[in-house]
Amino acid sequence: MEIVKPLVQLLAALLLAPLLPGVINRVKAFFAGRRGQPLLQLYYDLAKLLRKTPVYSRTTTWVFKAGPAIGLAALAAALLVMPFAGRPSALSFDGDFVYLIYLLGLARFCAVLAALDTGSAFEGMGASREMQFAVFSEPGFFLGLAALAAVTGQRSLGGMFGVLTGDSWRVAAPVLALLTASFFIALLAENSRVPADDPNTHLELTMIHEAMILDHSGPDLAYILYGAALKLWLFGSLIASMVLPSHSGAWARDAAMFLLVMLGVAAAVGVTESVMARLRLTKVPYMLITAFAFSALALIFQMGR
Amino acid sequence: MLLVLLSLLVLLASSALAFVLRKDPARAQDAGAYGAVAASLTGLLPAGRVLLTGMPETLTLPWAVPLGSLSFTLDPLAAFFLAPLFILTGLAAVYGVDYLKAYEGKKPLGLAWAAFNILTASMVVVFTAANAVLFMLGWELMAAAAFLLVLFEHEREQSRRAAYLYLAAGGAGALLLLAAFGLLGRSAASLDFALFSVPAGGGASAVFLLCLAGFGLKAGFIPLHVWVPEADPAAPGYVAAVMSGVMMKTGIYGLIRVLGFLSPWQEWWGWAMLLAGAASCVLGGLFALAQHDLRRVLAYSSIENIGIILMALGLGTVAAVNGATAMSALAFAGALLHVLNHALFKGLLFMGAGAVLRGAGTSELDALGGLGKRMPRTLPLFLLASAAACALPPLNGFTGEFLIYLAAFGGAAAPAALAGIVTALALAVAGALAAAAFTRAAGTAFLGEPRTGRAAGAQEAGPLMIFSMRALALLCLLAGLAGPLLLLPVGTAVAAAFGLAPALAAMEGAAAPLVYVSAAGLLLISLAALVFAGRALALKGKQPAAAGTWDCGYAAPTARMQYGAASFSQPLTDFFQPILRKIGQYPVITEYFPGKASFSTEAQAVFYNSFYMPAAARLRDLAYRFSWIQHGRLQIYILYIVVTLLLLLLWKL
Repeated sequence: MEIVKPLVQLLAALLLAPLLPGVINRVKAFFAGRRGQPLLQLYYDLAKLLRKTPVYSRTTTWVFKAGPAIGLAALAAALLVMPFAGRPSALSFDGDFVYLIYLLGLARFCAVLAALDTGSAFEGMGASREMQFAVFSEPGFFLGLAALAAVTGQRSLGGMFGVLTGDSWRVAAPVLALLTASFFIALLAENSRVPADDPNTHLELTMIHEAMILDHSGPDLAYILYGAALKLWLFGSLIASMVLPSHSGAWARDAAMFLLVMLGVAAAVGVTESVMARLRLTKVPYMLITAFAFSALALIFQMGR
Repeated sequence: MLLVLLSLLVLLASSALAFVLRKDPARAQDAGAYGAVAASLTGLLPAGRVLLTGMPETLTLPWAVPLGSLSFTLDPLAAFFLAPLFILTGLAAVYGVDYLKAYEGKKPLGLAWAAFNILTASMVVVFTAANAVLFMLGWELMAAAAFLLVLFEHEREQSRRAAYLYLAAGGAGALLLLAAFGLLGRSAASLDFALFSVPAGGGASAVFLLCLAGFGLKAGFIPLHVWVPEADPAAPGYVAAVMSGVMMKTGIYGLIRVLGFLSPWQEWWGWAMLLAGAASCVLGGLFALAQHDLRRVLAYSSIENIGIILMALGLGTVAAVNGATAMSALAFAGALLHVLNHALFKGLLFMGAGAVLRGAGTSELDALGGLGKRMPRTLPLFLLASAAACALPPLNGFTGEFLIYLAAFGGAAAPAALAGIVTALALAVAGALAAAAFTRAAGTAFLGEPRTGRAAGAQEAGPLMIFSMRALALLCLLAGLAGPLLLLPVGTAVAAAFGLAPALAAMEGAAAPLVYVSAAGLLLISLAALVFAGRALALKGKQPAAAGTWDCGYAAPTARMQYGAASFSQPLTDFFQPILRKIGQYPVITEYFPGKASFSTEAQAVFYNSFYMPAAARLRDLAYRFSWIQHGRLQIYILYIVVTLLLLLLWKL
């Protein structure tokens, strides 16, 4: 039974990830006074895209086709590392959070190369901006995880979230709050949400992530959209594990609680998007530097504790 | 050890033969290349044996040089550096045969092969010398051989300048090293490494600083890096691979050796190395992002990686001084593992850049594009090496850095923990910058549409070049997946350099995580296979349509509208303009119907232009004041010598 649990967790993540964008969209629709698209819209989209015949630009090479596939594999592998409901993941080892960050880097590397393979100015622009923001967001995210490692005295994600309990919040609330804020900014930036990027924008010049995938179609686009949902799940579960550090010990209860909080995180993203305008492109680095500062402050507080 | 000597002799013999046959380029090529490959195969055997058994081998031959002795030691540390040396030079020689074919009859190929094999031989001497005089002999020979190879295209002013700069840096470094060895061996009968003693008081720190600067000038970390971005791109592709992959590591090797002589260490030595390494890896990544030439991008990336290695050595030293053995052991193991990994992927990258230069006639990024279609066999190899350089799993660039991260989060007490945080942060920033630099370089050169006619007419690399690159790519993948297996040689090398306790601690601390990393790497590959299978299933029976790239409805897109290298990095380079100080001319639109406009940016060699050039000018002014000493008359020079001799005689009396 103990071997089955991590697999069930993984399966749950793989199946439920496309739900999160649906929740975000419903929350945004609620704020805008619309009815909004169905909750399961992304599932319908994925099913449709997988059935479609793709169109490939004559400029592209195999890189364009391999990019989405390898990117999806990297994100799925990252999901294997991420703990679920404060329980060890399928793959948990010392320094696994470093591995997680570099897997995200691999996914980004593939996406950017696939975008550059089209020779399109728009996609080059998106790729350039993606890389620019990564340079600012990655160190902050990394420092945040390092601070978490220092708070918990653990070197694996499973270990960190295993020891993180309500008591940790009682003794180290400022540190953990700062870290949660930093991770939330990382979530917004890495998943191209408002205020860093707007997933609903309709002008190529203003897009970042959407610009990179303009030429993808059919199953390749399905892989990209599904990968994006997995990435959102990854960051969401990071925050959910931060703010829900209660472990009843009963697996089913913990898992149900965790899923509820995940929906809450998605709702929080939806609210953030509804109440905020998108930042000017030149201001986004400052937001990411703020996240970095939060992480650094958390680390300093922790070392002074 | 005898086999190493044999490979040394093979190298010298084939070098001489290539020189003798220089009138017949084809046979000179054969003499040089076969010699290099034979020497590599011969040399890899003893290096591998020593790495696996951990037993050092020594050899002493009679030699009548004052203070010198012809004694060699092949201990695991030397063997650990010899292994990448032999792998890379052997493959580079195979690659070189194809690379140099275009120069037959135009360039002295016999001389080039002679210099190349002398370069390899001198590095073998450097790694195995057990005496400072012998070491310096190898060191200077290495500098001279590399100087000749950098001058290969001496008709280009840039190459001459690069070679001169390299020579100056090498000369300055050698002087510092001579002083350091003098201090270490001043009370011994000969300058054998075994007889070195630590100078008392501040002497040890003086030796450390002299060696840090002297070896640093060869290793090329910031701010001692100025020759690297000039000389590496000037040398032919296969030489650049060896220079960047192994020759720069001789500096790291020397530093590790001297650290071995100098125990007990001071904490600030560690901090000095750590901070220099951190600055080097972050700034190296940043400068790599701003370069417009593919080979200069790679050269700055070498500076970045040397920085990572140096930083890990510094972290290990700080941790060791503070008693955190496990942490320091992991850092040292990570540094050594990265030495090997960097040699493999950087060798591959420089060979790829050489293939681009050979195929398209230029390595200027904004003149390239679309090479992937014209060089379909080079494309996957270059992309793989780029991914390895960004430390992406499951490739080999990741494992060494992973060990350094593990060390950084070693959870030690205050000073070591702070060192760990600085290290991890610098590594993370450097990683993000490297990802930007390499997607930019690979994307602009190989993907999209060709930007110029030269790129459109690019030719695929020759079969021998492809062979060498494929071999290195395979090694990159295997080394990434076989991290746990590499731990044994790394462990024996750490034991030889820093003692048994750190070696055991490194093996213990790194074994389990590395096994997991390998398993995760295999898992990643199988997941990718699964995803590809799913894609094939979804596409079954469908005929994908071909169309133009989405152009937003614009009727006449051209290749020049693509995002180029300059535009790709512009947001980042603008942000870091205070550091990069790139020189640019932007068009200013003043009329309603603007005419033709032009735009240019140029990446500056910041340290060279704003520090070394003024310093050199100052020095030259100073030298002019003493120019009256130089008359150009032989008699007066002889007088100087006589006076000096007399003074020395009087002083001795």
